Amino acid sequence: MTTKYKDVYIKDTGVVVGPYEAEGPLSKRFDKHYDDMYFETDSLESAEIKLMKDSVKMALSKSKMELKDIDMFIAGDLQNQITSSCYTAEKLHLPFLGIFSACATNTEGLSIAASYIESKICRNIIVSVSSHNMVAEKQFRNPTEYGAPKPGSATFTATGGASCILTNEKSKIRIESSTIGIPVDYKQTDPLNMGSVMAPAAADTIIRHLKDMNRTVDDYDLILTGDLGIYGKEILKDFMKTEYNIELKNYNDCGVMLYDLDNQKEVQAGGSGPVCSALVVYSDILKKIENKELKRVLYVATGALFNPSMVFQKQNILSIAHAISLESAL
Amino acid sequence: MYIFLSFIHNKSGDIVEKKLYDKLVMSHKPIEHRGQNAFIAFLVGGMVGVMGQLLIEFYSYYLGLSSSDASVFMIITLIFFASLFTALGFFDKWVKFARCGLIIPITGFAHSMTSAAIEYKKEGFVTGLGANMFKLAGTVILYGVVSAYIFGFIRLIIMGGV
Repeated sequence: MTTKYKDVYIKDTGVVVGPYEAEGPLSKRFDKHYDDMYFETDSLESAEIKLMKDSVKMALSKSKMELKDIDMFIAGDLQNQITSSCYTAEKLHLPFLGIFSACATNTEGLSIAASYIESKICRNIIVSVSSHNMVAEKQFRNPTEYGAPKPGSATFTATGGASCILTNEKSKIRIESSTIGIPVDYKQTDPLNMGSVMAPAAADTIIRHLKDMNRTVDDYDLILTGDLGIYGKEILKDFMKTEYNIELKNYNDCGVMLYDLDNQKEVQAGGSGPVCSALVVYSDILKKIENKELKRVLYVATGALFNPSMVFQKQNILSIAHAISLESAL
Repeated sequence: MYIFLSFIHNKSGDIVEKKLYDKLVMSHKPIEHRGQNAFIAFLVGGMVGVMGQLLIEFYSYYLGLSSSDASVFMIITLIFFASLFTALGFFDKWVKFARCGLIIPITGFAHSMTSAAIEYKKEGFVTGLGANMFKLAGTVILYGVVSAYIFGFIRLIIMGGV
């Protein structure tokens, strides 16, 4: 399902990251970073809540807005029952929609917010996502101090909080359209190779978007997937070529851009998590659109709808991708 | 029927054969250096074994313990240091490097319990630490006991309990 928008703009963003992201190539572009994984709190879960709160504060202060100007808060994360989003929403005291599409949560939030703004129900909406490497490891895999060896195809959940204020007032960047994806099942069962799980979902959503908008890949200066990682990226390129006969030229993956893969060996195939794509898009891509280095970008966040119990029960891992088309409004 | 089943219907209307996609995935899979990993694990695991033997010699020579008592002391020493290093936060990095070289010996058992205990201590002594400490080690204990029972039974039948 593709929706076109006329008056939906990105006002400002707030990006807060952990130590691993701050060592990456985008380190100077983040608003704030912390040097340890607890972020001055006493548990990992609270640390993630703090990340999200900080990112909302940062976005508000950069845009010189106050909480009373905001009509709604839409957020999601990876913790069970989207904990960090709920606890942040309670502190903000705003009407709250909690969402979940795993690592595709950010584009889901942006497209819901864009629809509310386009239909003039709301004027300003904050969309937030967060993830925390150790919280995700604890929840989905083994205890963090265990350090279980993983294959090279495994990705590394990014630590960070990212918030974005969408508004109906004209700014430099607008959201031009969005495509809501359909969950796909390509019978993949390896939770340590999420790139292979999510690549078909990305392809499916990109094809749907292009078909609905009556465009080709050349109409975009950049097509950006969420967190396929270095191997998933190649799978997607190959898959698009063999399945749809489309060559992805101006294409990159946020998971690969977030870290310095040669020097940060611990991230293995690249970054992942809902915040991974948000960190790259908010800190790097939006600046490039503002400076007119890029005119139109298709941002396809990909999510593996992964539940450890289902994997142990030998069920397939499903995946989904939602796309947002960002455009320079100047 | 089988041919039909081996096709997955992709909802956009395109049909992709499962094997084709799996092939594509396999062609982009990173190469695991199994030989190298096995060699490192062999060396490190062997070193842990040598260390254990030296400890047994040390305890029986200097403390005058019998060799079975010295083995118990050796196990306690290895468990203590593995747990201490886990708590100090660098044992996981060693495990990442040596893999099964440190997971298979008794050090891995201690490490799995300590790491789980650290992870869940915030959730309380009973509901957190108590309930989750054996998250990884529980399997080892259960199947260790079961297999000990079975092999003990076999030994009883064949050798008459000698």
